[in-house]
Amino acid sequence: MRWLALAALVLLLALPAWLDSYAISVFILIFFYAFLGQAWNILGGYAGQLSAGHAAFVGIGAYASALLSAQAGLTPWLGMLVGGTLSAGLGTLVGYLGFRFGLRGFYFVLLTVAFAEVCRIVTLNTDAVGGALGYYITFTGNPRQFQFQDNRAYYYIALGLMLIATGVVAAMERRRFGAFLIAIREDEQACEALGVNTFRYKMLAMVVSSFLTGVGGTFYAFYLFSLQPNSVFGIPLSVEIIIRPIVGGAGTVLGPILGSFILSPLAEASRIYLGQGGWSGAHLVAYGLLLIAVVLFLPRGAYPALRRLWLRSAAR
Amino acid sequence: MAVGLTLIFGVMRVVNFAHGDMMVWGMYLAWLLATRAGIDPYVGFVVCAAALFVLGYLVQRVLVDRIVDAPHEMQILLMLGVALVLENSALVAFGPDPQRVRSPLRAATVWLGPVFVDVARLVTFALAMLLTLALYLFLTRTDLGRTMRAAADNLYGARVIGADVRRVYAVAFGIGAACVGAAGALVSPILPFQPAGGLGLSVASFNIVIIGGMGSLPGAFLGGLLVSVAESLGAVFLSPSMKELVSFSLLILILLVRPAGLFGRTVT
Repeated sequence: MRWLALAALVLLLALPAWLDSYAISVFILIFFYAFLGQAWNILGGYAGQLSAGHAAFVGIGAYASALLSAQAGLTPWLGMLVGGTLSAGLGTLVGYLGFRFGLRGFYFVLLTVAFAEVCRIVTLNTDAVGGALGYYITFTGNPRQFQFQDNRAYYYIALGLMLIATGVVAAMERRRFGAFLIAIREDEQACEALGVNTFRYKMLAMVVSSFLTGVGGTFYAFYLFSLQPNSVFGIPLSVEIIIRPIVGGAGTVLGPILGSFILSPLAEASRIYLGQGGWSGAHLVAYGLLLIAVVLFLPRGAYPALRRLWLRSAAR
Repeated sequence: MAVGLTLIFGVMRVVNFAHGDMMVWGMYLAWLLATRAGIDPYVGFVVCAAALFVLGYLVQRVLVDRIVDAPHEMQILLMLGVALVLENSALVAFGPDPQRVRSPLRAATVWLGPVFVDVARLVTFALAMLLTLALYLFLTRTDLGRTMRAAADNLYGARVIGADVRRVYAVAFGIGAACVGAAGALVSPILPFQPAGGLGLSVASFNIVIIGGMGSLPGAFLGGLLVSVAESLGAVFLSPSMKELVSFSLLILILLVRPAGLFGRTVT
């Protein structure tokens, strides 16, 4: 397993040498969404607290670093951390309210959606940050401003982000923190009865998850150069974030990556072939069907299923 | 007007992400009927309700039923999937532009005491009240309705007395969907609608149901009143585009302060 991971890593590091610019952009999407999925995975997969409003954290991170760069001249390399911290601040607020008031399951989902929508509407109505027109970043191609002529740079940054998040999740899983989160997911009351401070661990999961997602916002801003409130805070982005870990296997280290490798190319292909002429919603229809199918037939996701197959064939 | 519409929302107990999207489909069906077959939405709502009943029944029977015993999260994800399919298939089928159904009643207006009201709103209100009353009678007076309330109250008890709970659930879901479909058709001449509107409608209905307290009929009525007044006030004092903000903020507030609703019994 370790050799396999190492081989995959070397392959991914060497890959840009053979790929054309378009293929690289597809890989960037794969890595980036795997990264966001991994961040969501900490809260949604391990701790079992479904957040359907993670787009809010992307949006805050994106707007924060873009505005800081344009208004205060702060390099996005630091703005990234500021954005992450602000997102973690919002995460703390949502988490504190949600967990302190004991909102579970459906009610927690609603709370996260409501917060994301409030962020979206406020941004949409704040002219100082572009309002409904969106916010645009001037392209200078200056690496210190997180801007690159060559999208291979974005490739390596996205890959790096994905690996960092995966490292965080892997380390977390091996420690008590991860075990506590899984215990909370499986049976919160039993967990409390055993004396675990579930509130504290859920909060911690929320903070780590929202911080990472906020950092991702900077990448989003300086890769796309335009921020639209409806897309950066919108429900569709939250769905994109959620669906990869769920398809790949929520609560597993490799699930979000696997999910992203399956879904991101699919989404890209459907956008190319179905994106024109009135078919713009088609790939979300496909997501919906996929979500239904996964819930019904593969409730634990693709990674655990593949792993079972692998173990079975190894045992034979 | 909003009160009559929201009353229907309030009675439905199944918490359902696809709620608003079903309503949007109801609106589009009414639109199709009106433009293709020339049927006025005030007649066509029956067809819409029937179609949505079938849809709701099937969703419950084919999808939700399989995972009733699965963790709660799975049901949420499933309904999220259904909502995505419904919303975006409407987007594919009808395009993103807002539509509005034309009804001859829309043009007519009457003086109601000191207030100037158009007939379309009055008819919508009256039909919505009638439907709600019919639903209330159905739930309290018929065997199936009683079984439904029994199953909602105490699932185990309902099984013990021999109720076919699966069928009851499917019918309940179907009726809920039918109500939403009828509501959608009834407001289609009054409100412009578009595929992306589903979420806003879902949130509005959650607001009302939660404020009013799950399954409480007077609660739903007052909840509907409260929410629509708050939204209108928000539109006046802030700006029309901030109207949504009010309903989402309200939702957050209610979730935190009084998840059982103002008029509901305490949920254990």
